[in-house]
Amino acid sequence: MNMITAKNSGETPFVEFERVQKSYDGESLVVKDLNLSMPRGEFLTMLGPSGSGKTTCLMMLAGFETATYGDIRLGGQSINNIPPHKRNIGMVFQNYALFPHMTVAENLSFPLELRKIPKSEREEKVRLTLNMVQMDSFGGRRPAQLSGGQQQRIALARALVFEPELVLMDEPLGALDKQLREHMQFEIKSIADSLGITVVYVTHDQTEALTMSDRVAVFNDGHIQQLASPDTLYEEPENSFVAQFIGENNTLEGIVQEIHGDTCLVELDGGELIDAKPVNIKTTGERTRVSIRPERVEYNKERLSNDAHLLQATVMEFIYMGDIFRTRLSVAGNQDFIIKTRNAPDQVRLEPGTEIEIGWLAQDCRALDAPNGTI
Amino acid sequence: MAVIAKQEDDSKQDGLILTADGMSLKKSLARSLRMQKLRALMLILPLLAFILITFIAPITDMLFRSVENQIVRETLPRTLNELQYWDLSQKKAPGETVFHALYDDLEIAIERKVHTRLGTRLNYEQTGFSSLFRRTGRNLDAIGKIWQKQFEEFDPFWKKGENWANLLMTSDWINNAKEWEKTSDHLQPPFVLKPELVNLLPKTTEAYSAFARYVQLEENEALYKKDPWPGIYIKLYQDLISEPDLSALSGMGADELRSTAQMVSTFETISFKDGFLEIDKDWGEIDIWRTIQVYASSYTSGYFLNAIDMQNGPDGPELRPENERIYIILFMRTLYMSLIITFFCIILGYPVAWLLVNIPTRKSNLLMILVLLPFWTSLLVRTSAWKVMLQQQGVINDILVWLGLVDDAARLVMINNQLGTIIAMTHILLPFMILPMYSVMQTIPPSYLRAAKSLGATNWTAFWRVYFPQTIPGIGAGSILVFILSIGYYITPAIVGGTSGVFISDRIAYHISSSLNWGLGAALGTILLGVVILLYFAYDKAVGIDNVKLGG
Ligand SMILES: Nc1ncnc2c1ncn2[C@@H]1O[C@H](COP(=O)(O)OP(=O)(O)O)[C@@H](O)[C@H]1O
Ligand SMILES: [Mg+2]
Repeated sequence: MNMITAKNSGETPFVEFERVQKSYDGESLVVKDLNLSMPRGEFLTMLGPSGSGKTTCLMMLAGFETATYGDIRLGGQSINNIPPHKRNIGMVFQNYALFPHMTVAENLSFPLELRKIPKSEREEKVRLTLNMVQMDSFGGRRPAQLSGGQQQRIALARALVFEPELVLMDEPLGALDKQLREHMQFEIKSIADSLGITVVYVTHDQTEALTMSDRVAVFNDGHIQQLASPDTLYEEPENSFVAQFIGENNTLEGIVQEIHGDTCLVELDGGELIDAKPVNIKTTGERTRVSIRPERVEYNKERLSNDAHLLQATVMEFIYMGDIFRTRLSVAGNQDFIIKTRNAPDQVRLEPGTEIEIGWLAQDCRALDAPNGTI
Repeated sequence: MAVIAKQEDDSKQDGLILTADGMSLKKSLARSLRMQKLRALMLILPLLAFILITFIAPITDMLFRSVENQIVRETLPRTLNELQYWDLSQKKAPGETVFHALYDDLEIAIERKVHTRLGTRLNYEQTGFSSLFRRTGRNLDAIGKIWQKQFEEFDPFWKKGENWANLLMTSDWINNAKEWEKTSDHLQPPFVLKPELVNLLPKTTEAYSAFARYVQLEENEALYKKDPWPGIYIKLYQDLISEPDLSALSGMGADELRSTAQMVSTFETISFKDGFLEIDKDWGEIDIWRTIQVYASSYTSGYFLNAIDMQNGPDGPELRPENERIYIILFMRTLYMSLIITFFCIILGYPVAWLLVNIPTRKSNLLMILVLLPFWTSLLVRTSAWKVMLQQQGVINDILVWLGLVDDAARLVMINNQLGTIIAMTHILLPFMILPMYSVMQTIPPSYLRAAKSLGATNWTAFWRVYFPQTIPGIGAGSILVFILSIGYYITPAIVGGTSGVFISDRIAYHISSSLNWGLGAALGTILLGVVILLYFAYDKAVGIDNVKLGG
């Protein structure tokens, strides 16, 4: 995977994983051949289902786990043999890990004390950092006297107060409610941007990953499935796992019939023909899974080209969601085919039972690898 | 509509909200709460009763015994009554009236055989009392006999108890009493004195009443046949010498009484004081009387003073002579050895607790079993095992000698001294330290240590600044537990402690089971309890008791 699209290429990458492998038990690999490089100042998110090895990667970077094989470099220097306390990496833990026996201010000045910073300077830094996370007046409190969101801010402040260049965050917003989480996403992002720090952020929430990151690394099964910017990830998933994992997605399975440059013809298992864009397929006759976003499905024939292939669909369910309409269709044996339409004045509300024809632009329908063991 | 509105209005009048059946809401809430509480109480009733009977009651009893001192007042009521006029500053034994009262008190006490108990009690305060009371008990009769003999020699009538009864009791009662003796299946009819005699012979009838009560209630023998005690002869003498008007008297014994009354002035008497001094010249000692006076009250600080090596001297409490002080030393030793034991338990227990939390589950289960193993072995076995290990011909010395580290002639003395107590007690109490520590450490997520390290702390700093402070509640809980258990421990110090390694508990056991000075035992126990409570509050002030965690 050579996705080294560094922002300011030419410079050596700031964080680098090279052929990193990790095994806890000597029997199975939790991280398999991880290659990753990040430029300075990037906000990179590791996204993946739980158990996919994200935390393990973060822990190796922080120094709490050692790589079984491979090299991890920070600023061009291998850090395999540097103990965690010398790495100068800020870290925000999922449970915040604020020291319960210290006040908020003591928590923040702890890393500064360890760096032998004089008292007055320490106090100033603590004050500024608390101000940055808008917690000025909470310095004297104990962590237990703070709400979850406030603890989160303090944890963030503590990871930033000693001005590390790299900050790691392991599902920092996992324990917050939705509204607070969205607010904090925005705040973390803007703080990170204004400080110019490099952030490796771990989450299993794809919206969070998409809204915050410069680039997202989608993890599964110890591999990075795709490393790309949020829009690329959403619009151009490279394989069916990524397509499935990011955003909502309709899938149909079939066999590739013809390939003409950047379009191809796929025959679905039920015999219907559709247009698609070949992404992950090489030859005709190959099994494929096509993926199409619900908002790219069209049932208004005027908006499609004349020679587009159409599919018969039956409306199963109509769900009114305010800003959009969400309609569930039965298409080529798939009972869960979703289409989304904007709630515009002229928009038709499809009644259940209605028979319609749907279609799409070939480039919106991506022909990807068929997952192993398809039925 | 209007009606309903009015009703609502009614139900809220005077600020009272009413429930559906018109009762005030407050009252009905209180009632439902009371029902709930009652039901809860019923559930815990067996436990409550159990705790009350087996825990609260003995402790209350102990607290009470440590100050209780009724025996002196109960046994010597008349003496104490007279003794209050005794002026200690004159440095003279009290006068005749006190000895007279003492005679009256002791006569009945000796009959009841409680004088030795009183002797034992006062002997705790001053040695010599025990033998004094025993000797007096054997010889007290000699005083009364002086009068008795003269009465009986003058007229054999006075020899027989029946004659006395006929003289003093109503004939109705005599008949009843005879009736009773035939069947004796119900209670003896209570004695009834002739009313005219109560006026004529006040002292005699009073003394006889005491005698009668004792015979009827405590001995349950036929009163009218019983020969009176010598002291009653003395009272009769005293009544007759003041020349009452006996002319109107009739009935059985009236003539004998009158003729004796003529003669009493010729009777020979001695003073009670001389009588007592003859029995034992200690009765002339001021100290004896002072002690009796000091311990006259029903409650005493004596046991407590004794428990801290003090006594009630002539000018209030004072320290005992140097060679009689043992308790303070023992208390101090108990406290400081308990501190040492607690300290070693912390030192040894902390790493074990840490291991328990941090090694893989399978190994930690095994370790936990090892920690708990002592709980499953008898305390006596464990302590005796230490005896085997530590004695001079024991395992450890053998190994040291075999290794050549210690000369065979200079084997280490590790038992029957403080070292033995500390080693054995540390081992025995260690689980009580490990378990609270373990349960607290278990609740500390490893992410704290990681966070500290990511902030720049070395392993040691992370441990000392972040991990250790969070384990303090566990250390506190373990320390309180171990310390409190330790200062009250008995068996182990008794077995391996020799003489220099025993605790205060040893003395408590001695007083409870050997010397039977329960008051002193109770006072020592109460002080121990007080020390524990005091330490508990000190700890609360210093660390905060809510910081103590015995579990998650
Ligand atoms: N300390 C550990 N010892 C053994 N296995 C571990 C350890 N930590 C994680 N694992 C295993 O490694 C895999 C990846 O875990 P993790 O990196 O925590 O995943 P994620 O953070 O993506 O949910 C999981 O299967 C997990 O069981
Ligand atoms: Mg994780």
